[in-house]
Amino acid sequence: MTSDLQSFLFGRLTWADFVHDPVMAASGGIMVVGLLGIIIGLTYFKKWKWLWKNWLTALDPKKIGIMYLIVSGIMLLRGFMDAVMVRFQQATNDSLGVLSSDHFQQIFSAHGSIMIFFVAMGVIAGLFNLIVPQQIGSRDVAFPFLNSVSFWLFVAGMIIINAPLVVGEFSNAGWLAYPPLSGLEYNPGTGVDYWIWSLQVAGIGSLLTGINFFVTILTMRAPGMNMMKMPIFVWSVLGSTALIMVVFPILTATLAMLSLDRLIDTNFFTTGGGGNPMLYINLIWAWGHPEVYILVLPAFGVFSEVVATFSKKRLFGYASMVWALMAITVLSFTVWLHHFFTMGAGADVNTFFGIMTMIIAIPTGVKVFNWIFTMYKGRVTFATPMLWFMGFVVTFTIGGLTGVMMSVPAADFQFHNSLFLVAHFHNMIIGGVLFGVFSAFSYWFPKFTGFRLNERLGRYAFWCWLIGFIVAFVPLYILGFMGAVRRLDHYDPSMGWQGLFIVAGIGVMLIGVGVVFQIVQVIVSIKQRHQNRVGNDPWDGRTLEWLTASPPAEYNFATIPTVSTRDAFWEMKKTHTLPKDTDVEAIWLPKNSANGVVIGIASLAFGLGVVWHIWWVVVISLIIAIIAIIVKLTDDHPDRQLSAKTVARMAHEYTLKENHG
Amino acid sequence: MSRAEEEHAIVQRKSLGFWIYLMTDCLLFASLFATFAALRNNTFGGPSGADLFDMQFVLIETMVLLTSSFTIGMAVLGASRGYKKQALIWLIATFVLGAIFLAMELFEFHALVEEGNGWQRSAFLSSYFTLVATHGLHIAVGLLWIIVVTIRLWRFKFKHTDLHRLSLLGLFWHFLDIIWIFIFSFVYLIGGMS
Repeated sequence: MTSDLQSFLFGRLTWADFVHDPVMAASGGIMVVGLLGIIIGLTYFKKWKWLWKNWLTALDPKKIGIMYLIVSGIMLLRGFMDAVMVRFQQATNDSLGVLSSDHFQQIFSAHGSIMIFFVAMGVIAGLFNLIVPQQIGSRDVAFPFLNSVSFWLFVAGMIIINAPLVVGEFSNAGWLAYPPLSGLEYNPGTGVDYWIWSLQVAGIGSLLTGINFFVTILTMRAPGMNMMKMPIFVWSVLGSTALIMVVFPILTATLAMLSLDRLIDTNFFTTGGGGNPMLYINLIWAWGHPEVYILVLPAFGVFSEVVATFSKKRLFGYASMVWALMAITVLSFTVWLHHFFTMGAGADVNTFFGIMTMIIAIPTGVKVFNWIFTMYKGRVTFATPMLWFMGFVVTFTIGGLTGVMMSVPAADFQFHNSLFLVAHFHNMIIGGVLFGVFSAFSYWFPKFTGFRLNERLGRYAFWCWLIGFIVAFVPLYILGFMGAVRRLDHYDPSMGWQGLFIVAGIGVMLIGVGVVFQIVQVIVSIKQRHQNRVGNDPWDGRTLEWLTASPPAEYNFATIPTVSTRDAFWEMKKTHTLPKDTDVEAIWLPKNSANGVVIGIASLAFGLGVVWHIWWVVVISLIIAIIAIIVKLTDDHPDRQLSAKTVARMAHEYTLKENHG
Repeated sequence: MSRAEEEHAIVQRKSLGFWIYLMTDCLLFASLFATFAALRNNTFGGPSGADLFDMQFVLIETMVLLTSSFTIGMAVLGASRGYKKQALIWLIATFVLGAIFLAMELFEFHALVEEGNGWQRSAFLSSYFTLVATHGLHIAVGLLWIIVVTIRLWRFKFKHTDLHRLSLLGLFWHFLDIIWIFIFSFVYLIGGMS
């Protein structure tokens, strides 16, 4: 084969790109074997058709939500393995020589990118899908097909970020890929391109999710539910989606410019040619700081629901909670520069952003007090969701305090780039977002499966996570004070850091035990599902999602409820005005669509094509994606009807099931 | 809610969603404008806007695009009153004007690259090309959309969903016009002065 033809067909891809060092080859091998296992299993049990019809092409947000959670769960394991390797490297201080510096850099870059984009973003998108339509008394989201496209773009991005385990290398430029390190000059390989296109594809999916749920909340609420009667979780999603819509376009533009620098030699962020790397850092944090709030606002929403339910009380200070959420939403745009105080923007600018950072702590503090006052004089039951909340209040408040410490620009010159910072943001993301997601998982699990999770194993998992978390991250605060910077693959033994790094490693192992308990918990709960069956309302809930069947019918509500107060379901139970499905009408639901899957696959091929400079793949996948979009948008019959008779029969069956267990 | 009411609600929801999409697109452009503002003096010893831009050419380009905003407005009006032939003619006129605009832009780019003033030359030219070409890419998407809508109007009867799609296309096209006015003012007029 001539080299011209070869480079046309395969771009810069060669056999050598499939060769990896043993550690990476092993993880790549495990992934490939796992995939093959799934494929063989599906073929053997003849489940392909079932999978395709019931899940992959489904437009039902409940199914899309569950798929989001499964993908994010797997990615959590991947990201966690990366964390274990980082901890192992630093605890042993490279004495075993397992990881090369370059591989170590790839690992922490992958850990950060995967945890934010494919775990945190994935789980909150899953929660949006599962909970929002139920809580606002709706049958669907505003744009069901767009929702499917979002999910498949997320999956495509996920595959692109995992592909380097098999072919090529991953970015070694950290989770935000600062230029000029991420520029062509210092990083000519495929790593940064993988990073860019994974985030670009998944990011567009997130943007579409944001638009979708924003419109859903604004236009599809049950009659009577005005804005100030919405559950707080819905408010938090409204804030989160508003942030997504404002900042994800910035991410798209920024990644596109970095990519142009690498593909066609533009000079946006290069050091020669008049480029300005600081511009990238401003742009990426103008997205990146609000991104933190995109993730944590829904967690606040979850806790607001959980605390009220398990305290058997109406949430303390509903209006102040709403105002606090909205204040955080707006203020989160005014703090991005605190990520680079040391870059020399000048005393005035630093002071402004320092003060804004302190101010944003105030509405967050308001929320913490609201939750605690909700518990005050309540009849509190400490089920697992509530335990996660208690863990959250402690860890999140500590993280908040260390954040305020860093908001002082003068002090930040010391903390900057140290492990103190690493400990701080893990306090927010694990203690805030992840605990919130775990709380949500155990709280809403019975709604979507019809049975409860095993409480005892849940409690074990919680304590392992909480103690493991403290043991893993308190040493990092101390190490930060001792001068240890982040991203160290090796340090001089005379620094005296190793003991604390070993403690941190033990903490991560404890978290690992917690993860094992969580996996066992799910397996055991599925096995014991017949003992643990629950009705529609296992926790004596307050909001509309507990009105639907567990698991909900595909139409959620046979009769759309009319809302007159906050905590609408609680009110209906007390006044015995639960809606009766006596006079149901025909319901229209979207038909399944394969186009979302096709667009996802085309985006995957597009991304990989750009990474490897295989331009014919890029062109063909683009054409396929455009055709798939046109075909779907010009479909005149996207909906199917459930006749009034069918709905009446289904509703009757659900009522029988609820009344007779 | 009856099916007719529901369909009406769906159309309204799509309008709201499309408006919001346009606003997010506006922010994408805002990021590129900000980048242009930050980099426009970084000519790295190369030519500045004043050396490069042919204002008469750009003015003609602008007039072509503004006229196309008028023609698509006529198409939307004609379609909403049920004048199929009128709608089709105005749509085709819009397509032709859009295509002329795009061709002129590509011609301008080509001339710049030929003179050795491509996007690699300096950060100023990188941001200039990216901003203007992103708008051009949107115009190209708009042209594709016009083709699809035209075929549907020509082959099928008017459906309210088609009318709605046509009105969204109109919105998209006007939006691109507004973005172009900003490009014309900030990139060409102000950028061409210094």
